[in-house]
Amino acid sequence: MSHHQATGGRIITLPFLVLSLLALAAIWILGERFFYGLGAVTNLNDGFPWGIWVVYDVVVGTGLACGGYVLALTVYIANKGRYHPLVRPALLASLFGYSLGGIGALVDMGRYWNFYQMFNPGQQNYNSVMLEVGLCVSAYSVVLMIEFLPVVLEKFKAVKWQRKLEKVLFVFIAIGVLLPSMHQSSLGSLLIAMGHKVTPLWQSLHLMPFLALVTAMLLGFSIVIFEGSMVAVGLRRPSESHILTGLTKGVIGLLIVYLVVRFGDLIMRGALGHAFSGDLRGNMFLVETLLFVVPLVILLQKQWRQRGPYLLVAAVSIILAGALYRFNAFLIGFEPGGGFVYFPSVKEILVSVGMVAIEIVGYLLIVKTFPVLPKAHGHADSAHA
Amino acid sequence: MNRRDFLKVAGSGALIASSSGTAEARGNLEPPPEAVGMLYDSTLCIGCKACVVKCKDVNDMPAVTDEHNPQWDQATELSADTLNIIKAYTDGSAETKNAETDGFAFIKRNCMHCVDAGCVSVCPVQAMKKDPKTGIVSHDPDVCIGCRYCVAACPYNIPKYEYDDAFGQIQKCQLCNQKGVERIDNGQLPGCVEVCPTGANIFGTRDELLAEAKRRVAMKPGEENTFPLGTVGSPHGHVAPAADYQPHVFGEHEGGGTQVMVVSGVPHTELGLPDLPDRSYAAVSETVQHSIYSNMLAPAGLLAGLLYFARRNTQEEGQDKDKEEQS
Ligand code: SF4
Ligand code: SF4
Ligand code: SF4
Repeated sequence: MSHHQATGGRIITLPFLVLSLLALAAIWILGERFFYGLGAVTNLNDGFPWGIWVVYDVVVGTGLACGGYVLALTVYIANKGRYHPLVRPALLASLFGYSLGGIGALVDMGRYWNFYQMFNPGQQNYNSVMLEVGLCVSAYSVVLMIEFLPVVLEKFKAVKWQRKLEKVLFVFIAIGVLLPSMHQSSLGSLLIAMGHKVTPLWQSLHLMPFLALVTAMLLGFSIVIFEGSMVAVGLRRPSESHILTGLTKGVIGLLIVYLVVRFGDLIMRGALGHAFSGDLRGNMFLVETLLFVVPLVILLQKQWRQRGPYLLVAAVSIILAGALYRFNAFLIGFEPGGGFVYFPSVKEILVSVGMVAIEIVGYLLIVKTFPVLPKAHGHADSAHA
Repeated sequence: MNRRDFLKVAGSGALIASSSGTAEARGNLEPPPEAVGMLYDSTLCIGCKACVVKCKDVNDMPAVTDEHNPQWDQATELSADTLNIIKAYTDGSAETKNAETDGFAFIKRNCMHCVDAGCVSVCPVQAMKKDPKTGIVSHDPDVCIGCRYCVAACPYNIPKYEYDDAFGQIQKCQLCNQKGVERIDNGQLPGCVEVCPTGANIFGTRDELLAEAKRRVAMKPGEENTFPLGTVGSPHGHVAPAADYQPHVFGEHEGGGTQVMVVSGVPHTELGLPDLPDRSYAAVSETVQHSIYSNMLAPAGLLAGLLYFARRNTQEEGQDKDKEEQS
């Protein structure tokens, strides 16, 4: 007997139609990109080689897709089985996040037809952080598909195959924890080689991989809490906040570690002064810090963290904090010199919005037709299984 | 999971995340013994831009024009169509050449052919390559995936991608030695050196050029000296009073050193050249990356731990499930 069920319900709804339109707009603009070149639709320039397609779709997007990673870590590695009902929805969101991150990277690639050279051992450069990210993200997308396969098999009642797969699934679960640890930290390492072009508030050199990994975990936990609350409201299902509350312990620990390391580094490098310079970068740093501190304050109050709305506010704040940290490090804090500036074009933004729309549409479609979400009826009792 | 297990996992995680692993810190790469390059002497440059024109000619690149002046090249910045540019520094009344205040000076910008090149270190597919003999940094568009990490990681913003082309490629100065041009291999001078009328830009091995650069910055201002044309040891040259040089050879140590070096009368930062630490960012980046992945030991160890826990905990769960189903 399964613990999951498809929620059913109408597929073509108004939000579905709106989101589909956004998705179509993005696909149209991408057509233009492939026909006329990146310059026709983006504001990329000789100083800013990476825009929001890399920074949002890949760097932030895969961070937001870390729900599957942190839950696998919690449920299977730390053996906290009671979070199990959250695993499938988180896996699904991660699968979409990573696939679209991969598509985003491919679309942004200036010479995408040479993509396969990354897999050509004769050409690979093992000193390149980009190689590690590319290979690791590709591999993880496949692993996510395999981890999600039981859902598909369950839907089509392929019991025999499901049993077989479940016997070896632990291998993929382990790899599925290893790979994000590797490439999420490498996303931070990407910035090391950019040296002085990453301004001092964000250029932490040796600490970059550590900060990236901690923010990835924070993003992962918060997105699970966020999605849990959204699903409860949007699909009118009982709230899971009692399970979600438990995740906050990990979040509190990570927030404290992050803030201590981050500020310790800034003070040691003597870079903290830039925070109060009153310019855009300084102010963005202050906003970023505030977004990390507010949820910590909320979560440290026992009576607050057990209340759904407070928990949701804290989760959203961390999501914004993690996303802003990455935006700041890659774009707002990036100073190539030579007077170059970058602000995304409307078309660039529409493509990124369209990607998110595809994600949501796909997510809704699949939870309505596949056994992804935990059984609504009486699930509170069986959740601790 | 008990406390000890948790510490084990956390420990492996920390191993992955921290950079103080077991691998040796990678120092800066050394220049190949026969590394070649150029020395640009801002004090001798008259801003004629003959080198800009010749560079376009050699590399088969179009002039950058505006609507009002289609007759000649109007490029003001390096781009995918302009691999070499002469820029001017001016201050105040801009009367005196090579003076920082109320003066002016020229600067030639092109690829510095870094000794420990960021673009080479970061390129995932070895499309950026440093020749083991000459040290020339070349680019191979046939393998390049167009990720533009080289653009982001070049301290001098040199590689340029052709954004206005559906099949754009990366362009950069390859010291006139790319396939089909091969001027250096054929014993010719780089295009921009060949046409330079004042010897402001000369070609040679890095050692020769460095010695010549040091000779120049040590000159007494106003003293008559000989400045060669084309190459360091060239019999052709001219005698001129030395300018008041900054006591600094840009490129001797910057970012691990460069094979294209600059001497000038005004500080290099005024000419738009960055202040860089001596340790190359490539060395820092590779040290961090290889500490994490030294011989893949840390990832392999971590994977072993993860496999153990994942196996144990999925099995337990299976048993729980069975129990539950029976009940
Ligand atoms: S100047 Fe830039 S493009 Fe040229 S070798 Fe150095 S890092 Fe590479
Ligand atoms: S754009 Fe091409 S040359 Fe530059 S780093 Fe990427 S693959 Fe290498
Ligand atoms: S060496 Fe050749 S490609 Fe480089 S700046 Fe000179 S002429 Fe241009």
